[in-house]
Amino acid sequence: MADSASLSGPAPAASASRSAGLARTFRRSETLRGYALLSPTLLVMALAMAAPTAMTVALSFFIQTGFEIEATFSLQNYQKVFTNPIFEALFYRTLWISGTCALATVLIAYPMAYYVAFHVHRRKLVWVILMTLPFWTSYLLRVFAWKVVLGYNGAINSGLMSLGLISEPLEFLLYSPEAVIITLAHAWAAFAILPIYVSLEKIDKSLLEAAADLGDGPMARFFRVTLPLSMPGVVAALFLIFIPTFGDFVTPALVGGPDGLMLANIVQKLFGKLNDWPLGSALSISMMAVVTCLCLAILWLSRKAKERLI
Amino acid sequence: MSRAAAFYRPNRPLLVYAVLYLAFLYAPVALLPVFSFNDSIYAAFPLQGFTTQWYADMFADEAMHGALWNSVKVGAVAAVFATILGVFGAKAITRFRIRGVKPVLGVIMLPLVIPPVIMGVALLVLLSQSGVQLSLITVTIGHILICVPFSIVTLMASFEGFDKSMEEAAADLGDNSWWAFWRVTFPMVFPGILASLLLCFTISFDEFIMAFFLAGTEQTLPIFIYGQLRFPQRLPGVLALGAMILTATFVIVFLAQWLRGRSPGVAQSGSE
Repeated sequence: MADSASLSGPAPAASASRSAGLARTFRRSETLRGYALLSPTLLVMALAMAAPTAMTVALSFFIQTGFEIEATFSLQNYQKVFTNPIFEALFYRTLWISGTCALATVLIAYPMAYYVAFHVHRRKLVWVILMTLPFWTSYLLRVFAWKVVLGYNGAINSGLMSLGLISEPLEFLLYSPEAVIITLAHAWAAFAILPIYVSLEKIDKSLLEAAADLGDGPMARFFRVTLPLSMPGVVAALFLIFIPTFGDFVTPALVGGPDGLMLANIVQKLFGKLNDWPLGSALSISMMAVVTCLCLAILWLSRKAKERLI
Repeated sequence: MSRAAAFYRPNRPLLVYAVLYLAFLYAPVALLPVFSFNDSIYAAFPLQGFTTQWYADMFADEAMHGALWNSVKVGAVAAVFATILGVFGAKAITRFRIRGVKPVLGVIMLPLVIPPVIMGVALLVLLSQSGVQLSLITVTIGHILICVPFSIVTLMASFEGFDKSMEEAAADLGDNSWWAFWRVTFPMVFPGILASLLLCFTISFDEFIMAFFLAGTEQTLPIFIYGQLRFPQRLPGVLALGAMILTATFVIVFLAQWLRGRSPGVAQSGSE
C-alpha cells in the first residue's frame, strides 16, 4: 500500500529523470502532508512533556528555605540525592523490587502468551481480551484487592485458618517487599503478555517445521527458534514493566509497609508533608536519568548479545 | 500439513497453566464483590451472611456523589480531547508514509512508560509555578496526556484496515478532503472512535496518581477511595464501591473491545 506512491509516478511518455523527480517530490510531500496532519497531536504532546520537564529541571537547581523557594542556582539538591545513605538504600531496594518484578512478570506471562499464540486456534480474541481485561480495571482497586487478599485478617490468612491449616495468621504476607512484587506482577501482567504474544504470533511457523525436518526436537526448536525470535517482545515487556514500576508509589504505600517503601514514596512525601519541592524535583529527575541510562545499557547489551549470536 | 498440526496439538499442561494464570489475574479482583455482600466489617473468611447494607451506606454518602460526578466530568472531557488528538495522530500515521516518524511516534507514546508520579510531579511544578490554581481542569489536562497514546493505538487498528481508495473515490466525486473525511472515513471508523472514547473514559475514571497530585481540593473518585482506606471501619463501603466500579469497567471495556472488533481494520487482519 505504501509503495503505491513511488509506483504511480512514471508515465510511459514522460522522461525518466523527470518522472523520478516528480516521484521524489510526491514522496516528500507525502511526508510533509503526514507531518501536517500529525502536527496538532505532536505539538500538544511534545509541549505537554517538554515544558513540565524543563520547569522541573529548573526547580531542581533551586533551594527550599522554610516556605520559600530561593531562585539561586545550586547543586545542593543533587548532592543530597547522591550522597544521602537513605536515598542510596532506597535506590537499591527500588531497583531490586522493580527488577525482580519485571523478570517475574515476564517469566510467568511467557507460557501464557505461548499457549494462546500456539495452542489456541478458535476464539483467540476472547483469550486475548480475557488476559488483558483486568488491566483496564482501576489500578488502585487492584492494589486494594491484594491488601484484602494478603492482609493480617485477609482472605489467605482467614481462609487457611478456617480450614485449620494454620493457627496463627501469617504475618509476612502483607507489608513486605515480596507483597509489593506480587501486587505489581499482577498489576502489570498485561504489559508482559501483550508484547510477548504479538512477537510469538509473528513467528513464521514454517521455520519450526524446517527445524523439525533438520532433526530438532521440541526443546531444541523452542530454544533455537521460538525463544530467540520472541526476544524483541520479551525485552519490550521488561522495559514496559521495569520503568513504570520503578516510579510506583501506590503499591508500596498500601501493601509495602516500612520495609517496602520505594523512591517514589519519598518523591510524594517531598511534594507533600515534607514540602521540599526542589529536592523532590532533583530526586525525580535523577530517577528518570538513572532509569534511562540503565535501559540504554540493557538495550546496548542485548544488541551486542544478538550480534554475537548471529 | 498433518505434521504442522502435530506441533500445535492441544497441550494439556499448558492449558492447566493458562487456567491457573487466569485465576491469578481474576481471583483477587473477584474477592471484592464477594466480600462486599458479606455481613462483617472484616474482609475475611468464613463468610458471615448476606447483606446489602454496605451498598446502601455507600449510596447515601454525599461525598461519594460529589467525587463520582467529578470523575465522570473529568473522564468525559479527557476522553473527547484525547480522542480528537488521537484521530489526527492515527490518521496521519496510517494514511501517509512519513519519513522519520518512528522517533516522533516515540515522543507521543512516551506517557505509556514514564512513571505517572514523575509526570504528575512535573505537571504540578509547571502549573503551580505559572500560578495556575489546581482544579478538576488540571486533572483533566493530565489525563488527556496519558490517554492520547491509548487512543492512537486503538484508532490505528480501525484506520489501518480502512481502504484508501474509498476516500480517493469521494475526492474524485468532488468532495474536498474535509468532506471526504466526514462523509466517508468518519462513518467507517466510527466504531473505533467510540471504542477510543470508552477506553479513554475508563482510564481517566480509574486514574489515581496524576489526580492525586493535580486535584487540589476537589476530589475524584479514586482519591475519595484512597482517603477512605485510612479508616478500617470504612472498608466494607470501599468493597461495595469497588465492586460497582469493577463491574462498570468490565462492561465498558468489553463493549469497547467488541466495537473495536467490528472496525474494518480488525476484521481484515482477523481473517488473514
